[in-house]
Amino acid sequence: MDATVDGMRTGSALPISEAKGTGAVSDPIFVGLLWASGIFVLVLLGLIIAELFMGGLPALQHFGLEFVWSSAWNPVTENYGALVQIYGTLFSAVIAVVVALPLSFGIAFFLTEIAPPALKRPIGVAVQLLAAVPSIIFGMWGFFVIVPLMAAYVQPPLIDTFGQLPIIGLLFQGPPLGSGMFTAGLILAVMILPFITAMFVETLESVPPMLKESAYGVGGTTYEVYKNVSVPYGRTAMVGAVMLGLGRALGETMAVTFVIGNANRLSASLFAPGATIASTIANEFPEAPIGSLKLTSLLQLGFILFVISFIVLAVSRALVRSRMD
Amino acid sequence: MKLTTALGAIAVAGTMFAGVAQATDFNGAGASFPAPVYQAWGAKYKEKTGNALNYQSIGSGGGQNQIINRTVDFGASDAPVPAEKLEANKLLQFPTVIGAVVATFNLDGIKSGELKLTGPVLADIYMGKITKWDDKAIAELNPGVKLPSQAIVPVYRSDASGTSYIFTTYLSSVSADWKSKVGAATSVQWPAGSGAKGNEGIASNVKNLKGAIGYVEYIYASANNLVVTELKNKAGNFVAPTVDNFVEAAAAADWAGAKNFAASMIDTAGAKAWPIVSPTYVLLPKNPSNVEASREVMKFFSWAYGKDGAEIATGLHYIPLPASVVKQVEDAWKAEIKGPDGKPVL
Repeated sequence: MDATVDGMRTGSALPISEAKGTGAVSDPIFVGLLWASGIFVLVLLGLIIAELFMGGLPALQHFGLEFVWSSAWNPVTENYGALVQIYGTLFSAVIAVVVALPLSFGIAFFLTEIAPPALKRPIGVAVQLLAAVPSIIFGMWGFFVIVPLMAAYVQPPLIDTFGQLPIIGLLFQGPPLGSGMFTAGLILAVMILPFITAMFVETLESVPPMLKESAYGVGGTTYEVYKNVSVPYGRTAMVGAVMLGLGRALGETMAVTFVIGNANRLSASLFAPGATIASTIANEFPEAPIGSLKLTSLLQLGFILFVISFIVLAVSRALVRSRMD
Repeated sequence: MKLTTALGAIAVAGTMFAGVAQATDFNGAGASFPAPVYQAWGAKYKEKTGNALNYQSIGSGGGQNQIINRTVDFGASDAPVPAEKLEANKLLQFPTVIGAVVATFNLDGIKSGELKLTGPVLADIYMGKITKWDDKAIAELNPGVKLPSQAIVPVYRSDASGTSYIFTTYLSSVSADWKSKVGAATSVQWPAGSGAKGNEGIASNVKNLKGAIGYVEYIYASANNLVVTELKNKAGNFVAPTVDNFVEAAAAADWAGAKNFAASMIDTAGAKAWPIVSPTYVLLPKNPSNVEASREVMKFFSWAYGKDGAEIATGLHYIPLPASVVKQVEDAWKAEIKGPDGKPVL
């Protein structure tokens, strides 16, 4: 044993005291770069928030807090408010989630439990590919394919049947334009579907097989296992996934601008044209001169969207993480 | 022998290099309405002179922003800029070409020219006051035309645009109600209907939706054979949107009384004048920092006003400026655009 130690000493290896500190210069540089990268993100985000807030401040000073709940958007009289846009943003995003949620559940559970291996891959890849389609493509598809279909076959019968009912009828008012909140929600649903599905699959796959097998073992049906074991196990993470999808739907711009009908009017109807924060900014930005109230109002809208997205993201993070603790 | 070839090569290279160095490229940005003709002019002009125009069609507001910040050599705007703003930012405004806006619609069995409308009726449709195609107001104008009892869906530009500015200016001038409740601007608070992006958005929306009506630039309507209405003009005649009728409207405009060339061609008095006609403008700094480029911009438009340019413009269904106005514009260049040394640039 001694010999071995001696051998090492007399060999190429040097005693620790004599070893040169190889990382003495490079390591601090490397660590410094890592710090810089981390801080960079924080600074960038901080600057964006500050810039949006400062840019939108004149609008807030001019209109006061009323800006948030004023439904005006009139470039002629320079009277701006955010209510129509906030309402449209939330309404279309909620429609999207309501449509996408059951589909995501179905696809995710099919993929994890039912699908034969031969089918599992193609469907999984198809869902992932859906996430890779640029949003402008969804916009064009919505505008040229879905909007005429909605105007001709979907909206007229719905307006004729449900439009007469009290209360519910309010959701089915107006002429069948094809475009509008509902169509925007549908397009958004397709866009957020892959994100929600991917996270659902991950959650369902993390359910310990032992739990499921025990449930099947005591005679549970597929549906019962799904309802009583898999879903409860991953409930918080799934709510988090839905919130992430919601977050994505909130900020979507191009596809929505194509199909939402772009009207700065409040309406309870699913088929009425509306506007979202992102679509209004996309539409109005090119014609907003420097220093105008319009430009600062648009920046203020951007800031409001930032705040809404931030809240949704924060909630979703908290929910996804809570499962891991 | 070898030496001479080498010298020759150097000489050739030298002249080529000199040619490149002399080319003055110039940048413009703004209105999308005249973009096709600016681009066509730019291509031909480069062929002739080697100087290239780089025009970005980013919208009139964007064009105004960029020229105020002096990030381009000229800005382009469909709506005339207010005199105070021109003054404050030391800009000269001049018109380049004239265009028209037409109304397009989608009704079974009714073709171009078979539907007649007046300005006030059009305003009421866009106000949401006239909601059915067989409304009395429309039926009275169109005896003999079988109008369906169908909902009218007005379609407007969702993106702020010069076309909307021209259209709402017309509606404001023919309807007091529209003027007081909605007004004229590149984007307004539309009381009814739905919005679509760009000329192509309106055109396909109208095409897809029975009972829809929309407004587009004439160049777009003629290129795509859209179904268009006739309109009643100030003289009381129903006129079709044709180039001759646009020219008559442009000729009737009051150029002499217009400040900064902001002559109104909306609803002019000519017997055959189409009522929705408007010039589009270029904004040029009176104190250019890049004198070379500024001179090139003026040379470019001077050429574009000439025979070659007019031919390209008419080919694209734009209306060239009347010769008397061209003369005034060129005089204004000489008088107002000055270099840092105080001498006229042109």
